[in-house]
Amino acid sequence: MQTPMCWSCGAPVEAAASFCAACQAVQPPGQLDHFARLGLGRGYTVDLAALDRAYFALQRRLHPDRFVRKQPRERAISQQQAAALNEAYETLKHPIRRARYLAELMDVDLPGDGRTIDDPQLLMEAMEAREALAEAGTVAEVQALERRSRDESDAAIAALRELFTRADQAGIRRAILRLAYLDKFVEEARARRLNLGSAGP
Amino acid sequence: MTLLDIHEPGQTPLPHAGERGLAVGIDLGTTNSVVAIARESVAEVLRDEHGDGLVPSVVFYGDDGQVIVGKDAQTRFADNPDAVVSSIKRLMGRGAADLSGVSGKLPYTIDPATAEGGMVKVRVGGRARSPVEISADILRALKARAEAALGQTVERAVITVPAYFDDAARTATRDAARVAGLEVLRLVNEPTAAALAYGLDKGVEGLYAIYDLGGGTFDLSLLRLEKGVFQVLATGGDAALGGDDFDRALAERLSVDLDSPGAVRRVLLAARAAKEKLTSADSVELLTRTVSREDFEAAIAPLVKRTADICVRVLSDAGIGDEAVRGVVLVGGSTRVPAVRRAVERVFGKAPLSDIDPDEVVAVGAALQAEALTSGSDTLLLDVTPLSLGIETMGGIVEKVIPRNTPIPVTVGQEFTTYQDGQSAMAIHVVQGERELAPDCRSLARFELRGIPPMTAGAARIRVTFSVDADGLLTVAAEEKTTGVVQRVEVKPTYGLDEDELADMIYDSLEHAEDDMRRRLLQEARVEAQRLVHAIDAALVSDGDLLDGAERGALDQARGRVLANVSGEDREAINAAAQALEELSKSFAERRMDRGIRDALAGVSVDRLESRMGN
Repeated sequence: MQTPMCWSCGAPVEAAASFCAACQAVQPPGQLDHFARLGLGRGYTVDLAALDRAYFALQRRLHPDRFVRKQPRERAISQQQAAALNEAYETLKHPIRRARYLAELMDVDLPGDGRTIDDPQLLMEAMEAREALAEAGTVAEVQALERRSRDESDAAIAALRELFTRADQAGIRRAILRLAYLDKFVEEARARRLNLGSAGP
Repeated sequence: MTLLDIHEPGQTPLPHAGERGLAVGIDLGTTNSVVAIARESVAEVLRDEHGDGLVPSVVFYGDDGQVIVGKDAQTRFADNPDAVVSSIKRLMGRGAADLSGVSGKLPYTIDPATAEGGMVKVRVGGRARSPVEISADILRALKARAEAALGQTVERAVITVPAYFDDAARTATRDAARVAGLEVLRLVNEPTAAALAYGLDKGVEGLYAIYDLGGGTFDLSLLRLEKGVFQVLATGGDAALGGDDFDRALAERLSVDLDSPGAVRRVLLAARAAKEKLTSADSVELLTRTVSREDFEAAIAPLVKRTADICVRVLSDAGIGDEAVRGVVLVGGSTRVPAVRRAVERVFGKAPLSDIDPDEVVAVGAALQAEALTSGSDTLLLDVTPLSLGIETMGGIVEKVIPRNTPIPVTVGQEFTTYQDGQSAMAIHVVQGERELAPDCRSLARFELRGIPPMTAGAARIRVTFSVDADGLLTVAAEEKTTGVVQRVEVKPTYGLDEDELADMIYDSLEHAEDDMRRRLLQEARVEAQRLVHAIDAALVSDGDLLDGAERGALDQARGRVLANVSGEDREAINAAAQALEELSKSFAERRMDRGIRDALAGVSVDRLESRMGN
């Protein structure tokens, strides 16, 4: 494999380096996975404080605000770097997005859109929850449904740790689909709750 | 990523620009503007000889080409109303179409010759002038004030914009600065600038809410402040909500005769004066009547409640309880109203902070950021997109590509596909807003991707890439990439959102969530049904010989029923007809599968669950 070269001075650049060792010019983000980009070990359990620290430290060096006095080319590359960092950070920060991402890295077979339910049991559960939401007429009722789904979601996320450790592909797949549904349900319940809330006195 | 190179904002800086002159911070406001400078982390507002830091955002244009900005322009209004313009910020980046319906209430005369698709112009001082030009005159006055105070040239600035300002308004602000001879180091959102002022000047740390209620606008941002990092978690607002509305509410309560525009203006000015006095006084005389503070508070109560509702929603957006918020910072002149302060205290459960003058805090933050950018400080400002960006797909449904509150800069690519066999072109419509259907969102740009090689429906892969830079400016590109025929179209949206519309959109989305969902489900049922018909039509062309005459007849009949129902409003009827057709086509599909053609009809999308529920 050919060693990449610095776009600015032509010196060889290490594969994952953000800056050229010779001329200090910022380098394009390249094809790192999100864990590697943030310098974290690959796995479902992520220390969120460590994630924040890594993200802030990297943005401090790579954010376009650091390149205000540089040439347009370097500013554009810093924007690519900052965007890649934001994507990595957002993906790893959210437990459901992180699960989907890690599952993709592990070649778990997920439906294309990630939201298609093909498990009859889950389908039934989802339909019943929706019916209950449609019938809920007060903020308190909606809140109770929302809380229950949040709790179930938290439990499913906790269970994912174990599933990822065991690399249980079928279990991971099932959990991710269930979380996708729970997430959407919580969002809808929230919209309904805010709606009922602001209509009140 | 050449597209980023192409759209790199700005103007190559001069070599060693960092060593040239000072950089100031400018709050370019609707009603007032402020300029400030920071040196060694100490910010100072630049004042006139009377010690006043506020420059009214008002411009007078004399017959002889004379341009006067600020208080002196304001005083000329009585004698020369046609030569004075104010509140121009409301027109930044707005086209003629944006103004239909509101132009009657605007304090300016819109030039009828405004070009189709371009930004509107106003008639003032005997000719048409663009908002960019007028804003540039205000910026020139601020630049002159800074240069006089500092005794040296000022060529660079950080300029603030409302958090909900769209792409066109941001671009227009940048352009105005360029016209005024200022290089924009960065556009910073106003609440974020206020947070910077508290974080850098007062050393505040933790999770903070910034409550910004100005003359005509309301913004709420939630930020995490930590060791020089300013991370915006969520933002929201309402652009049709500010101190002007308080004045109007008070005037309406008097129900005096408002038969002419002159009378309206007089009453509103009197109401504003009364409002200001009521901050400390218990009652005032207004147009021969006594108005108590209670009267005033009753008049504005619904408006104050609207801001409180928005606070609750933004907290909910960020998934944060009020107990987690360490402090609330007040920004904007309208936060002097005691009833507003009490409402903020109620929502957040703590007394708000106003250590830094609410009228000046935004400029102070901008000045600190200007120094941080030019002196190479460690301060890091991480902002978010205020509104979702998406594209219109089949049936007018909006597919969100970048949800609101996504950290910027951001680049997101999403693949879309063709809907019909042999489709060679695809219209791409970029929209901004939170609603489910495109006509309810704001249109930013339309373009057509042509020359898609003929393929079966669903085979083409069209990748649409959205990039938002750190200033909040958007670039969109699209390409078709299956056949190696790469086509790229790039779009810079030209002019954009009406501010009011923009903020309204977020909150409308919640109010209309259920209604939208119903319409979306209907639309999805239609699209699904049509897709099924297309799939069966295509199958009949290739494998029609698998069916006998009776089977074919029944299928055609079921197909006809689907098409008859699709144009109607009854989702259940559409679903029932489609289900019947699907049922009927099953054995056909099985036979085709035997021929080795895979069946693509599997699974039920989460989005469509409800359509199977039959409610």
